[in-house]
Amino acid sequence: MTNAVEARRAKADWSAVRLHVVTGKGGTGKTTVAAALALALAAGGERPGDRRVLLVEVEGRQGLSQLFDAGPVVYEERRVAVTPDGGEVWAQALDAEQALLEYLDLFYKLGPAARALRRFGAIDFATTVAPGIRDVLLTGKTCEAVRRRAGHTHSTHTHSGHTHSGHTHSGHTQGRGKTQDRVFDYDAVVMDAPPTGRITRFLNVNSEVSGLARVGPIRNQADAVMRVLTSAQTAVHFVTLLEEMPVQETLDGIAELRAASLPTGGVIVNQARPVVLPEDRLKKAAQPGGLDFAELEAGLAPVGLADTDLVSALAELATEHAQRVLLEAAQREELTATEAPLYELPLLTDGVDRVGLDLLAQRLRDQGAA
Amino acid sequence: MNETGTAGPDLAGRGPERGAKHLDLDRLLDSPQTRIVVCCGSGGVGKTTTAAAFALHAAERGRDVVVLTIDPARRLAQSLGLSALDNTPREVAGIDRSKGGRLHAMMLDMKRTFDEIVLDHADPQRAEQILANPFYQSLSASFAGTQEYMAMEKLGQLRAHGRWDLIVVDTPPSRSALDFLDAPERLGSFLDGRLIRILSAPAKVGGLGAFKLLTGGVGLVTGALGKVLGSSLLSEVQSFVAALDTMFGGFRERAERTYRLLQTEGTAFVVVAAPEPDALREASYFTERLATDKMPLAGLVLNRVHRPQADITAERALAAAEQLANGKAGRRAARKNGSASVRSTDPSGAARSAKQTWAEPDWSEEQSSFEAAQSAQLAAALLRLHAERVVQSRREQRLTGRFLASHPGIAMLELPAQAEDIHDLDGLREIIARSA
Repeated sequence: MTNAVEARRAKADWSAVRLHVVTGKGGTGKTTVAAALALALAAGGERPGDRRVLLVEVEGRQGLSQLFDAGPVVYEERRVAVTPDGGEVWAQALDAEQALLEYLDLFYKLGPAARALRRFGAIDFATTVAPGIRDVLLTGKTCEAVRRRAGHTHSTHTHSGHTHSGHTHSGHTQGRGKTQDRVFDYDAVVMDAPPTGRITRFLNVNSEVSGLARVGPIRNQADAVMRVLTSAQTAVHFVTLLEEMPVQETLDGIAELRAASLPTGGVIVNQARPVVLPEDRLKKAAQPGGLDFAELEAGLAPVGLADTDLVSALAELATEHAQRVLLEAAQREELTATEAPLYELPLLTDGVDRVGLDLLAQRLRDQGAA
Repeated sequence: MNETGTAGPDLAGRGPERGAKHLDLDRLLDSPQTRIVVCCGSGGVGKTTTAAAFALHAAERGRDVVVLTIDPARRLAQSLGLSALDNTPREVAGIDRSKGGRLHAMMLDMKRTFDEIVLDHADPQRAEQILANPFYQSLSASFAGTQEYMAMEKLGQLRAHGRWDLIVVDTPPSRSALDFLDAPERLGSFLDGRLIRILSAPAKVGGLGAFKLLTGGVGLVTGALGKVLGSSLLSEVQSFVAALDTMFGGFRERAERTYRLLQTEGTAFVVVAAPEPDALREASYFTERLATDKMPLAGLVLNRVHRPQADITAERALAAAEQLANGKAGRRAARKNGSASVRSTDPSGAARSAKQTWAEPDWSEEQSSFEAAQSAQLAAALLRLHAERVVQSRREQRLTGRFLASHPGIAMLELPAQAEDIHDLDGLREIIARSA
C-alpha cells in the first residue's frame, strides 16, 4: 500500500473499525446506506482486489439483492459488486436456523439428531421462540466473519472455537483476489442490522441470554460476541431522516447503546433535500402568504410564465419548502447534541440503483465516513 | 432497479392512476357492517398515523370507535390523550361529537396483555408460578412475535367486549407486514406443539435425569437442546411448560379464534404503503397473502404522495429557470459572485445548498435591476423546486402503476406528503381532508 493511500484511509473517521453496524428506523433507508457504506469502504485500494468488504443482511427480506440487482443474496457469501478501482463487496443473508444447524454440526457432530431436532420443531423453537438465541446466532456469525483470517478455511480454524460456525467457503470459488498480503479475510464487515427500536437488545446478547443461559455453549458464544461488539473494532451507525420520529428514535437509540456500553458510531442523515432559498427568505416564506406574489410574478415574467395559477402554486411550494427546511434545521440541531459525527446523504429523487449507490458511497468518502 | 415498462403519466407528472379504483373511505367507515379496520404495512410507512386519522374521521362521522395503537410518536400519543402505556382505552377529548360519535384510544402493552391471559387461564398459584418464571419473563417481554400475538389478542378482547362498534387497529412495526398474520400462529403452534409435549413429559417425572430413559428422537432432541441452551435454561423452559399445561388449548384456540375473526365480513384490511419500492413490495406480498387466506382487503392507502401543484413539466420549468439564470438579471447576479449560477438540468437532487443556486445580486446595481435580479433568482429557485417535485411524482406514479398493474381492481386512497410532522387532531383531520 502506498503512503498516500494509507494516509487517506487513516484519516477516515472509522479507520480502526472493522464491524460497522447500520441501524435506523424503518423507512429511513438503512439498507441503502449500509450498501453505500460497504461500497465506500471497498473503494480506495491500490490494486483490484485490495479491499474486500462483507455486507451482512440479518432480517431476510432480500433488500440487498434488490439494491445491487445481483440475484438472490443467500447464506453463502457472494460477490455482489466491484468498485471502479477493483474493491469487492460481498454479501450474505444470514439465517438463524441455518446458523444453528451449522453450529450444532460443527460442535456436536449431530448428524441424524439434527434432522430429529428439525422434525420436532426444536430448531424452530430455538431460533424463533427462545429469546436471545436467534440474536446470538446472527451476531455470532457476523463476528466470525470479522475475525476470520485470510486464507483460512473453517475446518482448520482452531482457535477460539466457540465464535466461528463452520462456514463452508463455497462462495470463494467465485474467485477472490490474491490473499497473501492480507491479514483478515475481509477488511470490513457492514451489517444491515435490525431497526433502531430493537438494536440495543439485538447487540446486547450478553445480558439477553444471561438470565437464561448461565453456563453452556450459548453463554460462551455470547461472551465471545460481546468481546467483539464492545471493542473499538465496532461502531453502530444510525440512519435517520430529518423528521421528528426518526430523530427521536436515533437520540433514544444512542442513549440506550451508550448506557449498555456499546460503541456508537456516526449519524447518517439520509434523503437530505436541497435548500433553494436563502435564510431570510425562508423565514418569510414559512408563513402562509409570506411570499411576495408580486415579486415572484415579476420574476416569472421574462420567461413568459407569469400566470396567477403558477404564481400561487409556486408560492405554496415555497411555503412547504420553507417549513420543512426550518423543521429540518431544528432536528439537525438535536442530532448535533449527541456529539456523534454527522454525515448527510442527498435524496435520490430518481430512486436508488447502482449509480445512486456509487454516488452515496462517494459522498460518504468525501465526508470522511470511509 | 428496473422501472421501465409502464406507460408514464403526462409530462407534468400528473395523470390518472391507471387501473386504480378510488377507495371510498367514508363509505367504508360509515357502514355499520364494518366492525374492524386493520392497518398493515411495513415499518415507517405511517401506519399509526393513518390508523389514528381513520379512527378520528369515523368518530366524527358518528361511530363509536376505539383505536388500538402500537407505538405512536410521543406527541401524537399526547394529542390522543395517551400519556402512558396503560393498556386501557381512554376517551379522546376535543373531537367533534355532533354526529353522536366517540373516540377511545389505547396503546398496547404486550407484557401486560400476556400476563392477563395467564391470570385469566390459570389458578392463582399456578399463575404466580408462570409469571415468576424467567423463561416466561423473557418470552413475554422480548420474543419477536409476542407483540403481534398480543395485538391480535387485544383485538379479540376489544371485539368480545362489544362496547365499540368500530375497532381500528395499528399493527406492530415489523419489517414485514406478514409478521402480523404469521406470528400468532407460530407462537400458538409452539405452545401447543410436539416439542412442548416432549419437554413437559420428563419434567413431570423428575427433570433432566429422565432424559436418559427416553429413546430415539425424543432423547436426541432434549439432549441436543440441553447442550445448546444449557441445562438450567432447559429446566426453566420445562417448568414453564409444566405450569402452562392447563392453558395449552387456550392459547391455540384463542389465536385461531382471532384469526377467524379477521376472515369475517366485518373486517377490512387496509394496506398502508409509501410510494417506494420496498414498501410497495411488502404491500404486494401482503395483498397476495390476504387473498390466499380469504381475508377482506378494503384497499391500498398510499401515504406520503408528492403531487406537483402546477401544471408545468419538469423540462419546461428547468429550461425557464436556466433562462432566468442566464438572462440579463441572472448574468448580473452571477458576475458578482464570480461563478455562474447555472446548474445542470439534472434534477435528481444531489445535495446543493442555497449558496450554489442562489447568487446574491450586485448591490452596486441600480435599484430596479437589483430587484429584477432578486425576483429572477426567486422564480428560478422555485421553478427548480417544482421540477424536482415533478420528477419525484413521476417516479412515484411509475412505481404505483406497477403495483396496480399486478393487483388489478384494487381500490386506492392517496394521502399527500405533509411538510410537518403530525401531532394534533387538526393534523389528523387535515390528512383526510387532503386525501384523494
